[in-house]
Amino acid sequence: MSTGQAMNFKGRVWIVGDNINTDLILPNKAFYLTHEEQALYVFSANRPGWAEQVKKGDILIGGSNFGMGSSRAAARSLKNLGLSCLIAESLNGLFMRNCVNFAFPALECPGIHAAFTEGEEAEVEFERAQVCNVTHGTALSGKPLPAPLMALVQAGGVYQLLEKEGLIAPKV
Amino acid sequence: MGMTIAEKILAAKSGNKTVVPGDVVTVDVDTVILFDNNFMPTNWREIIKVADPSKIVVTFDHRVPAPTQQAAAAQVTGRAFVKQFGIKRFHDVGHNQGISHQLVADYGYALPGSVLLCSDSHTCSAGVFNCLARGVGGPDIIYAAIKGQTWFRCGETVRYELVGKLPEAVTAKDAFLQIAGVHGEHATMNVEYGGSGVAGLSINARKTLSAMSAELSAEFATFEADAALVEWISARNPAPFVPVRPDADAKYHAVRKVDLSALEPLVALPDSVVRNSYPVSKAAGTRIDQAYIGSCANGTQDDIELAARVVKGRRVAAGVRFIVIPASQTVYRDVVASGAVQVLLEAGAMIAPPTCGACGGGHMGVLGPNEVCLTSSTRNFKGRMGDPSSQVYMASPATVAASALTGVITDPREFMQ
Repeated sequence: MSTGQAMNFKGRVWIVGDNINTDLILPNKAFYLTHEEQALYVFSANRPGWAEQVKKGDILIGGSNFGMGSSRAAARSLKNLGLSCLIAESLNGLFMRNCVNFAFPALECPGIHAAFTEGEEAEVEFERAQVCNVTHGTALSGKPLPAPLMALVQAGGVYQLLEKEGLIAPKV
Repeated sequence: MGMTIAEKILAAKSGNKTVVPGDVVTVDVDTVILFDNNFMPTNWREIIKVADPSKIVVTFDHRVPAPTQQAAAAQVTGRAFVKQFGIKRFHDVGHNQGISHQLVADYGYALPGSVLLCSDSHTCSAGVFNCLARGVGGPDIIYAAIKGQTWFRCGETVRYELVGKLPEAVTAKDAFLQIAGVHGEHATMNVEYGGSGVAGLSINARKTLSAMSAELSAEFATFEADAALVEWISARNPAPFVPVRPDADAKYHAVRKVDLSALEPLVALPDSVVRNSYPVSKAAGTRIDQAYIGSCANGTQDDIELAARVVKGRRVAAGVRFIVIPASQTVYRDVVASGAVQVLLEAGAMIAPPTCGACGGGHMGVLGPNEVCLTSSTRNFKGRMGDPSSQVYMASPATVAASALTGVITDPREFMQ
């Protein structure tokens, strides 16, 4: 779908630490709820009330090993919460796959955690993996997503692709 | 240039001469495993065609037998999928059921050099069989079932050179806790286990290490093949295979020695296993409400028989729920036959049917507010096994069994002289 359309984001940042796990993002007790309801459980165990404060377009900044844990669709919940993107020191590989699967822009960017204080504003050029702290005027370079994975994100994720090819039934 | 086991299989399966860290490759997938959670309404997308039904395995393991209407509905969808595409390797609730990763061991589903996918994060468990196995997302599984392919990003490899022999009452779980405690997470990297100490570990014990590698955030966990491994697979699967050895000049991010003979029983404190392991003495005396043995990591015959040895002739402490879950029906039959189940029942353990159960907070031992559990399962994340205020400590089945007897976290060596 949106091939060629630049994925640039500007928004207020939220900051979390190292080793944020999938169960904190999508707890078991939310499994049977709708995708929209699941999004409201993000960090309900470690930061109750936070999900309600997130505004559309906000940006999440994480530490190292963000998304450790399960294969559950935690990335989908972050997307449905309205976050425009995630930037972390490093991403768990399985979680990164789900970011790509669900077309949620997520970048690895060493140094990001120390470069921001919560509430500051970030500007992100996703394709080039460039991050700017608008509040302080400082810039960082992350690791651009490999081309085939970037193409998947730009295509809207795995299900969009398979649906377009007629390989899965349209979502009812 | 030399390659590690993971790099060699990535190269062979992607049709490349070599693969180096940073490469993204498309590979053919030999085995795709689906389980009940894939068929939940919030996860499932109806598949129109599959690449090859003979490459697909379906099991129900996370919520078995169905504890809720939603879980039952997911199984209905799963059975319809199996019927529609004529999936032969279907492990429905009954004789052949089990946790997917245990089934891979029971039935020899993972051949050395092959590629196996499942959308459970502990799929790296199958790496014990000298293959490339990894947990992927639900969409990855649907894609692989349809296209017969997937993509992998090659990471650097950390090699763990195991030497020596585990002392009495010390297990592969303690070896994992040692690695996680000292070296922390391995995000974006593979782990490769080898060394002279591997021969002294049963396949079940090795599988604990490969399954727990998910907790290191490893991409792939691989073991070298030895005679015991070849024998295990050949006894269960007649298909031919060629073991994959790392090149002598393979390039590793690091090579780290682990002396198994120097280890002692360890415990991970609640909320994480990343740099959070201590000798059991650090938490000894902590009151527990529940002791749990099970999961893909520690629900094997070895684990359950070890627990039986610890509790033989003794009784579980008042106020402690001791829950033991064989990882598959095969394991269950084996531990009934060996007498271990009788010993555990007499001690006061509850034996549950094969399921991931409370390891993922699903059912069969979910924790209430402020409860404390000592588990030998896979994860101790905050709220993982139930209420967010509950606390989960992690240790070996021996330590869990010993603690079930005393009601407080206890060094198993007290019961295994």
